[in-house]
Order: sequence, then C-alpha cells, then structure tokens
Amino acid sequence: MKTYLAHSIRRRLVLQLLIVAAVLAVLLYFSIRTVADDAVETTQDSILGAATMAIADQLRGADEGVEIDIPYSAFSMLSSISQDRVFYRIVVGGETITGYPDLPDPPQGTSLLSPVYFSSPFRDTDVRIAAVERAVLVERSSVPVLVMVAQTRQGQAAIVASMANRAAALGLGFFAVAAILSLLTASSVLKPLHRLAGSVGRRGPQDLRPVTGSTPAELVPFVLSLNGFISRLRAALTRTETFIAEAAHHIRTPLSTVRAQAEIALRQTDDAETRATLHKMIRAVEDSARSASQLLDHATVVYRTDQRDDARIDLRTLVQDVARMSDPTADLRDITLDVTVPDIAVEIQGDRLLIESALRNLVDNSIKYTLADGLIGIALTVESGRADIIVTDTGRGLSGATAKELTERFRRGANVADVVGSGLGLTIVAEVAAAHDGAFTLADRKGGGACARLSLPLR
Amino acid sequence: MRFLLVEDNADLGQSVQKRLAMDGHAVDWAQSLADAEDHLGVASYDLILLDIMLPDGDGRDFLAAHRRAQRDTPVIVMTARSAVSDRVALLDTGADDYITKPFDFAELEARCRAVLRRRGGAAQTQISFADLTFDPLSATVTVGDEVRELRNRELRLFEILVAAPGRIHSKAQLCDRLFSFAEAVSDNAIEVYVGRLRKKLAGSAAKIETVRGVGYRLTDT
Amino acid sequence: MRPIITAVALICASIWPAQAFEIEEEHQFPAPNASAELRILSTTDTITFTPLIEGFQKNHPDLAVRYTVASSQEVFRAIYDDSAQFDLVISSAMDLQMKLANDGFAASHSSDAVEALPVWAFWRDQLFAFAQEPVVMIASQAAFKGLTLPRTRQDLIRILRDNPERFRARIGTYDPQQSGAGYLFATQDSRQSDTFWRLAEVMGALSPRLYASTGAMIGDVQSGKLALAYNVLGSYATARLPAGGDGVVVELEDFTLTLLRTGLIPRNATRPDLGGAFLDFLLSDEGRRLIRDKAGLPPIDEAALAAGQHLRPIRLDPGLLVFVDPLKRRRFLNEWSAALIHP
Repeated sequence: MKTYLAHSIRRRLVLQLLIVAAVLAVLLYFSIRTVADDAVETTQDSILGAATMAIADQLRGADEGVEIDIPYSAFSMLSSISQDRVFYRIVVGGETITGYPDLPDPPQGTSLLSPVYFSSPFRDTDVRIAAVERAVLVERSSVPVLVMVAQTRQGQAAIVASMANRAAALGLGFFAVAAILSLLTASSVLKPLHRLAGSVGRRGPQDLRPVTGSTPAELVPFVLSLNGFISRLRAALTRTETFIAEAAHHIRTPLSTVRAQAEIALRQTDDAETRATLHKMIRAVEDSARSASQLLDHATVVYRTDQRDDARIDLRTLVQDVARMSDPTADLRDITLDVTVPDIAVEIQGDRLLIESALRNLVDNSIKYTLADGLIGIALTVESGRADIIVTDTGRGLSGATAKELTERFRRGANVADVVGSGLGLTIVAEVAAAHDGAFTLADRKGGGACARLSLPLR
Repeated sequence: MRFLLVEDNADLGQSVQKRLAMDGHAVDWAQSLADAEDHLGVASYDLILLDIMLPDGDGRDFLAAHRRAQRDTPVIVMTARSAVSDRVALLDTGADDYITKPFDFAELEARCRAVLRRRGGAAQTQISFADLTFDPLSATVTVGDEVRELRNRELRLFEILVAAPGRIHSKAQLCDRLFSFAEAVSDNAIEVYVGRLRKKLAGSAAKIETVRGVGYRLTDT
Repeated sequence: MRPIITAVALICASIWPAQAFEIEEEHQFPAPNASAELRILSTTDTITFTPLIEGFQKNHPDLAVRYTVASSQEVFRAIYDDSAQFDLVISSAMDLQMKLANDGFAASHSSDAVEALPVWAFWRDQLFAFAQEPVVMIASQAAFKGLTLPRTRQDLIRILRDNPERFRARIGTYDPQQSGAGYLFATQDSRQSDTFWRLAEVMGALSPRLYASTGAMIGDVQSGKLALAYNVLGSYATARLPAGGDGVVVELEDFTLTLLRTGLIPRNATRPDLGGAFLDFLLSDEGRRLIRDKAGLPPIDEAALAAGQHLRPIRLDPGLLVFVDPLKRRRFLNEWSAALIHP
C-alpha cells in the first residue's frame, strides 16, 4: 500500500480525498440517524407527555378520594404518529388504582412536575414511558398521584429506519459525487505540475534559460531550486567551455612555437642526428595536438548525442563542404578526392555538427592511411529510405581487424603504428551513426584499401 | 606572398614570421588588432593570418568588421579551438579558411594557395624561367604552347628549385619540405618526384640536374 | 329463539369439557376428508355467518370449520382470561378487540388482502375490519303518526319532550351494563356531543326499557310495544324488519356512528394460518359479495363512508381503551344510570 501510494501524488490525493469523503459520508449517515431518532423521539415524547398531562389535568380531589377521569383524546392522540400499543398506570398514594400494575416505576430523584421520559422493557416488548406527578388535595391532605402513559416505539423505529435508508442513500450519493469530484480535483491540482513538466521537457538541449511563467505558490520553491540548478549548470558549462578554450589556447600556442622553431632548426642543419631529433620533436607535437583535438571532438560528440540539436540538413552540401575542406590536406600528398553526389538535394533530420564531425573523421582517416598518389572516393547515395555516405580509399585496409574492434575507443589498427592517431576517430563515427539510428560499416575493399559506409535514415 | 600575421604571442609570432620568410614569403607581424588596422591602412596583403585571442579584442570581431568594410583580402584564421562548431562559426563569420594550431606549414601553404585560387585575382605573378612560364597559383608550367599541370608535390618541388636556380638542394632538405613529418619516407621518394617533374619539364630548356651524393639543382641549359 | 339457544348451550356445556366462558351457540361445518379444523370464536350469530363459511369451504374443501358464538364480554374473557384456543376471533365490540390486541393477545398477519384495507380499517397488523355498520334508530311509523320522524337528536329531544305520553315506557335501548355493543354505542355517543346526556335525561324521564339483545328490542318495535329503539345495529335492523312494514330505520343526520366489525388471530392459535386464510377470504371480492348479499352486512367501503356525511366511523385506535378502563367504566355507568334509570 505504501509503495502504491508513494509513487503517485495523484493516487495519494485521490485516495485521501476518498477517505475523507467516506468518513464524512459515514458521519453524515450517523448524524442523520441520530438527529432523526432524536427528532422523532422528541415528537413522540411530546405527544406522550401531552397525553399524560391531559390525564393529570383531570385529577380532582373529592370527598371519597382522588377523582380520575381519563380523557378519550389522551389515548386517541397517541395514534396520531403510529399505531403503537398503549399502556398506562395511575398510582394514588403509592397504590396502583388502575392501568397496568406492572408498568415500571420512573427513575428516582427526578422532579415529576413536568413529564419525565424513560425507556424500559415491558412484558413482551420495549416501551417509552412518560410520567408525571401531581399533588391532589383530599380533605386537607395532599395526596401524591403518579400518572404514567407508555407506548411501544415500533412506529418510531419504522420512521427512523426509513430515514436511515434515505440517509444511507444520501451518504452513498454524497460519496459518489465526492469520488467524481476528487478525481476532477486531483487532475486539476496536478495540472500545474504537468504544465511545468511539459514546458521544461519541451526545451531543446541547449536551452538553459530559467523557468519563468506563473507557478502556484507550492511549486515556487521547486521552481526556484530548478532555476538555481539551471543557472549553476549554465555557469559550470560556461566555465568549462571557457576553461577548455583557455586550456586549448594556452597549450597549443606554445606547442605551435615549438613546432615552428623545430622546422626552422631543421632548415638550418644538415646533421643527420640533429635532424632525427628534430623530426621526433615535430612528431611528438603533432601527436599531442591531434590527440587533444580528437579527445575534444569525442567529448563534444558524446555530449551532443545525448542532446541532439536536430534540423533538416542537406547531405549533399555537407559532403561537398567537407570534401572541399579536406582537399588541401589530401593534395599535399597528391591524393585525389573524387566526390560523387546526386543531382537533387538529400535531406535528412539530424544534428549537422555531429554528422560533419563523423564525415571529417572518416575522410581524415582515409587521407592518413592512403599512400601518396592514392584515390579517395566520397560518394553520397540514396537507397530504400536511407542515405549512404561511402568513403573508399586505396590505403592499407583493415589488415584483419574487424570494424567492431576498430571502433573501440583508443583502438588502433595493427598496421598503423607508424602513423599518428589517437584511435578515437572511428569511435566517433560509430557513435554518431548510433545517435541517428543509422549504421556504420567498415570493410576491406576489393583491390586494396578500405570502404567505410555511414548509413543514415531518410526522414 | 605578402602575409599580414596577426598574433600576440611573441615567441609564436616570431617563429611563424621567420619560418614563412624561409619559404620566401614577406610577412608583416602585428601583435594587436589596432596594430593590424595600422598595417592594413598603409599596405596591401595577399593574405591575412589571424589569431582569435588577441589582447585588445576577439579576432572574430575584427573579421566581422573586415567583411563589413568589404575589404577583400582573404583571411585564414589560426585557431587553437578545434571543435567543429567553432570552425563552422568562423567560416560563417567570414574567414576563408582556418588552420588549427600547431599547424603544418606545408598545409598552411596549401590552404593559402587554395584560398587564393578560389578568390581568383591576378595577385600572383607568373615566374619565367628559361623558356617556360610557371604559374604557382594555377600549378601549371607552360612550355611553348603547351600548358602542363603540376601535381602538388611536383609543384612544390619546382617552387623550391626555381626559387634558387643553380643552387644544390640536398635530398634531406627536399624531404623535409615535400613530405609531412608524420610520414615514413622511402629512400628513393625524392627521385620519384624529380623524375615526374622532369617529365613535366621535358622539351624545355629547364633541366633538373642530379649532383651525385649531394642533391639536385635546376639549371637553364 | 333464546331458550333454544340456552338449551343447546347447556347441552354443549355438558357434553364438551367445561369452558370457563359462556357459549351461546356452537356449530360444526364438516368437510369430507378434513385435513384440519378452523376454529372461529365470534359475536355474530351463526345464521348470518353461514353463507360466509360455506363460501370459504368451497375454496378450501379440505377444511372443517367450528363456529362458536358468545357475547362480546364472553368472547373477550375467553381470550384474555382463559387463553381459549381459537384460530380467529370476530367481534363487534371494537373496544374489547382493541384491548386484546393492545395487551398482546393478537398475532400479526400480513397479506395482500389486508394491505389493501384503508388506513382506518385496521390497527397495526393485528386487528382488521371487514364490515362497517351504521348505528341507527328504529321508529314505529304508527307510533309517530302525526309527527315527523326526527332527523336529528335535537329533533328527537324535542319530540320526546313535547309528547311524553306517547313515548312513556315505549323507548328501548341497550343496557350498557349488560351489552358490550350497547356500552360501546353509549360511550361513543357521549363523545360526539352534549346532546347525548340531554337525550339520556329526556329518555330517563320516560321510563325507558333496557335490553341486552337486539332481537328482543326489534321484536318489541314490531309488536308495537316500543315506539322507537335507539342505537341499534343497522344490519340487524334491516335483516329483521320486513320491507314496507311498520318499523323504519332512521339514520340521524347530526351524526350516525359507524361500527367496524373486526377480526383478530389470537397469539396462541393452533392454526393461525387458517385464521388468516379466512380473514383474507372475508376481505376478498368473493367474500365482500357474500358479506353484502348473503350476510346482509355492508363490507368495508371507503367511498360509501365518504358519501355519507353524517356517518361517523368509530376510530380503531387506543382511545377505545379509555372506556375499557374499569374506573372510567364505573364512572360512566354511574352517570348513565343516574341519567337514565334514576332521573
């Protein structure tokens, strides 16, 4: 039960409201019953009392004793509410002179000038008794006369029962209405929560604005905390970005100096040993620079795949742009980039930066591992609902490793020890493919080299 | 080429300036944006090499202003940031290309050449040697009526040789300049490219002479 | 009639185990292969009830019926004091029946027939009325020759006062001391208006004759001995007076009491279901028809009651207990005697 409640405010709310309604309904029922009971009893008591008083009022003191004349109406009026049995007893000076002698005495200690009511079992049933006492003057002495009139209360019971039924129906009706209302109330009370969740949920991944808009008083602390959290997050991200930029700058600028100086030194010496040292230096600089780049790239990709910033992208222009950017690098080694794109635009829904990053990595990879004078083909095709970017090269191929192995982080092929690389390039491509519900395949190409295929669904 | 180098770091700026000069380029070095503006006010350049983080402002603002003023000097941005988004943003702001620090000077040269080629313009003059004309930008040698295209390494090799005709260039030095430091280079790699270049020069008075054990030199026969 | 009845009663009393109460008649209505016997104690004479019993036996051919007649006082005593075993008790004495029911001697009975009764015709689920009869005056037309028949009690008082000689010793009424019905009529009459006591005084001055039996009273009107009989049960009157005869029934217009003939099932009945069955039969359409046509009694009819504005039904409520109270009874009878017997 606790678990059932713990996981839903709505259920909790509804359940509690229903419990309250049930309690109130039951209270209503019992209140009505009690009130009805009291009301009917009071009414019947009044009539019983009136009957008793009617008899008492007719008491006269005469020479022979107390004269008693029971008015017809005294008993006749008792049938006004119900057909209950009637009993009576008149006691003069302690002696029952007429009526039912076994009618019980009234409780001691109460003044009987006005009718006293009490209930008692009598013979085969239960009765309500009204008792009144009068002092009658007989020959200068005061004689106490006790007049009691009793009535069964089956009529009252019947009325109370029917009222109780009505009260029960009322209670049930009330509960049913309360149940419906509590469901409605729960929905309406929770609406602001849903609205807040919806508006925050609809935000894009880059949206770190504080949550504004009117919120109910109870949600204000939560929204304030949320906004506090958002601003701390934004500050942290900004700090991180700034830090990265600063770090990048402060690391790379001296590295550039080292590299430039090494190249200068290289021009100025013919000593083989010195040359070898300087070559090593330059390689080391290139290594660290490339690793840093790829690490940053990878981190960005991982971050972005969680929060893609989707838009409609024309793959054709993207492929052409990447090819153009890579051209000079390829050209340095007389590698030709052969780009094939269809005549029409190829639009997909995706994150531009992620796909461009993946493609750059693929092309850079190919350029790195292709021999001079080689050929790299970049083709964009559309086939059965998918857009494929195929990068082929005439490089070293995979040399037995599988695509899965190569796309592991920091995993490098067995045949590339002499080439600078961090091993993250293909990992990035695989992750970008996964983020777009696409596929990445890597295989040896017939005739030497490798063929990488990045397949993205057309949407 | 005439470069305007905008870089505030003293060591780096000095190194780049010296290294580019070694390749025969003329480099003016400004250490701040204000400085750069001064330079631009008095001289014209083939290309601006722009650093992003400068003491008196962000290079991107300079870039934006440069474009707004519709000056058509191409700009290559030297950036320490390598995130794709940054690169894309740079290009959107108006850079013609960018290169990540630390960079390979050969790559820089290739990018400059590409940018200039894209921009068109008759900035580069043609070089005449012996009985041929050499257009470094279009990477062609014209022998007689025939226009022969040079591939990248052939072009670079020829540029090195034609910059100092008659001088002997050692294999080692040629290797440095033609191949990246990350590559493994075979022993006869230079010979291969010399051979290819010779083919392109066939029929002209320009000849590449092998000086056994020393190197190569370009001569006008 | 009376002596024969008494003889029969004595014979019955000698043959059967002695009853503590006095029986006037007892008649057995057999049935072939009787599976059970319904025992009825009643104040109504057998002749009147026979068609009803026969009609009942037509519907229940396997039931025998034993019909016992006694005076209303004896009927009351039989149940109240002697706890005699009967399955149904029928009486015109509404007050005594009420006392039996109130004091717990009646069994409850419910059925569609009793559910259909109007609210004034039953008390609780224990006392049920099956006939409503006006309490009337019988006048001898010959005796009233030259006078207009009285329409109200005021008229009657005036006529009596103005013509004492014509009516001296020629007025008859029930003796309330002896006749339960008579007591009921007198007490209810006294409730309706003061004219009762004035009438009583006027009658008392004229040496009225007191009767314990209706038959005798009506017979004396027919024979000319009485000029008028006051407070007679209308059904008896209609039954015994020949049509077009000298005696006429007068329903006084100031008010005419209406008596309810009631039945109850004793609590100690051996076959209460049979008693209930007979009761239901009396209230059924067949029963009502027999009551009206064969028994000569008016069945329960709310419309008829509403139609007669002068009709005052005696209420079937605990008020009836008042005059059953011995003190009250003694007091009333003293007053009544003072008015009627010793003027």
